Amino acid sequence: MAQFPRYFTIWQKLGLTGVKLTAWLVLLFLMAPILVIIPLSFNAEPYFTFTEGMLAFDPDAYSLKWYQEILAEDKWMLAIKNSFYIGIMATIIATVLGTTAAIGLTRSEMPFQRMIMALLLSPMIVPLIITAAGMFFFYTQLDIAGSYLGVILAHAALGTPFVVITVNAALSGFDYSLVRASLGMGAKPVYTFFKVIMPLIRPGVISGALFAFVTSFDEVIVVLFLAGPEQRTIPRQMFSGLREEINPTILAVATLLVIISGLLLLTMEYLRARSEKMRTG
Amino acid sequence: MSTHDIDDQYVRFINVKKSYDQQSLVVKDFSLDIRKGEFVTLLGPSGSGKTTCLMMLAGFEDVTSGTIQINGKSVQDVAPYHRNIGMVFQHYALFPHMTIAENLAYPLKVRKLPASEVKQKVKDALALVELDAFGGRYPGQLSGGQKQRVALARSLIFEPSIVLMDEPLGALDKNLREHMQYEIKRLHEQLGFTAIYVTHDQTEALTMSDRIAVFNDGVVQQCASPSALYETPANSFVADFIGENNHINGKVESNNGEIAEISLSRGDRVRALDINCPPVGEPCVLAVRPENLFIATAGREYDNVISAEFITRLYVGDSIRYFFKMSDGAELMVKVLNDQDAPIIEPGAPTRLTWATERGLALDKPAGKNPVKAA
Repeated sequence: MAQFPRYFTIWQKLGLTGVKLTAWLVLLFLMAPILVIIPLSFNAEPYFTFTEGMLAFDPDAYSLKWYQEILAEDKWMLAIKNSFYIGIMATIIATVLGTTAAIGLTRSEMPFQRMIMALLLSPMIVPLIITAAGMFFFYTQLDIAGSYLGVILAHAALGTPFVVITVNAALSGFDYSLVRASLGMGAKPVYTFFKVIMPLIRPGVISGALFAFVTSFDEVIVVLFLAGPEQRTIPRQMFSGLREEINPTILAVATLLVIISGLLLLTMEYLRARSEKMRTG
Repeated sequence: MSTHDIDDQYVRFINVKKSYDQQSLVVKDFSLDIRKGEFVTLLGPSGSGKTTCLMMLAGFEDVTSGTIQINGKSVQDVAPYHRNIGMVFQHYALFPHMTIAENLAYPLKVRKLPASEVKQKVKDALALVELDAFGGRYPGQLSGGQKQRVALARSLIFEPSIVLMDEPLGALDKNLREHMQYEIKRLHEQLGFTAIYVTHDQTEALTMSDRIAVFNDGVVQQCASPSALYETPANSFVADFIGENNHINGKVESNNGEIAEISLSRGDRVRALDINCPPVGEPCVLAVRPENLFIATAGREYDNVISAEFITRLYVGDSIRYFFKMSDGAELMVKVLNDQDAPIIEPGAPTRLTWATERGLALDKPAGKNPVKAA
């Protein structure tokens, strides 16, 4: 058990224990739905519950058949391909736009900074269903609804605010005399951008890009509005899978998504630690 | 124009004005000619427009009106990256993601010099600032003084003919600052570049410069050699800003264009050099440096004598400062070398103070707030 300070009364000891217990319960409540799907995805039976064999840790009660199912079924393979294609393209666009916007917005001569910032961040704040509905009508006019271009542009718009925020944060400690030093030594603005500004804000750019990618990767509402059958992404396929066919393939896909998200999270944490080291080092 | 003229007017500021808000001028009508190879300091309190002048020359700020010329050509239409001017910043501005050697190589790589030449020049530059062993380190691993030496080397490595320094020693402590002053001076003499140096530290300006332009309120108050600034300041701002000065209020009684006669509040009459003395009958300020004002003794008395009351003395170490009060309330300070002769005076004792006429300066009364204690 934890060591209590000696001056604690019995009530303080009970109180502190209670707080700790509650904290662990909250964590369990948050994590349980995510963690429980992982063992279930290895279920040998087409059920969403633990079988008796699984609870007895009988090796025969576990299998990889639902993972094989993903590989075997064209609709899942298409969804995975779509998710990565749309996610990567949207991320590239969002990163370029978000980074340049953040750099422009931090320049002192930029007028209406706060207003433009608020405008750029609005896709994050406006309820997604409204954004999605608006995009649907707008993109239909442009005739790009139901196309890859439409979904990519929509997801790029949703991802840009994340890049603006992270790059803006990276620029907050940026010393602009470095830019002057570079220009003074004869480097042109574009050279200066790639050799001086970019290396120093790279952690911010990359974490923004990762956020943008995750945003696209697990987005379902805009896809419901804008994507045709050809552009079905993983979340969209899961959404229809939940209604149309009840089998644990969805759990296998979900487990894969959890692993991908976990890896992205670790990458971000690593980048953050590294940039902190660079600033102090 | 002969070569001689071009060298004398290597850098020219001609009636330069600068406004950030289109209303008030930060720099008002700045004109200055800088000789090739000269070390010129722009000195002034913060907000006096000196850094702005430097930034306009470097190309980081626009010129509102007027002309800046380098080597006879206007530079306003030249981008900062084409001006070929070295610059040292107060906070070093070293690239933190590059090693010291990469930092030094940066301006050379921009100029697409061959790798072997870059390597040799970087090696020479490191040797120049005595940091040979530090090429592989990152700026974060260096001390402030070392960083500033790297910054200095980086501003010189591409052999610019002009090097600008914007309070380069402002972030260093006193000992390091003195060492770096010497270092900069040594490099300037060794390499012969034209240096324009901005500082608000008058000691730094006095020890390093060939000429100093004293700024206040966007205007150059005086531009002269350190000794001329110190000994014959052009007006009361310069007299007050450079070094310490005693101010005595008085009224001009007569003036022969060289020596002015001044009456003090108690009717004492004293004489001083006419610097920018107001017309006869007007109030003026008499300035005497603490080291030129003496406590009168039997053997030492000059042509001007006034009486004052001793207040206290401040022990500085190599010198002692004696504080006196005149009958009109003005405080006077006398600086005496701390040798065997430093006198001991009783507080409140009436004392006679004396100075030579050519060491006293008759000046205008400073405009606006009067720094001299009210009579």
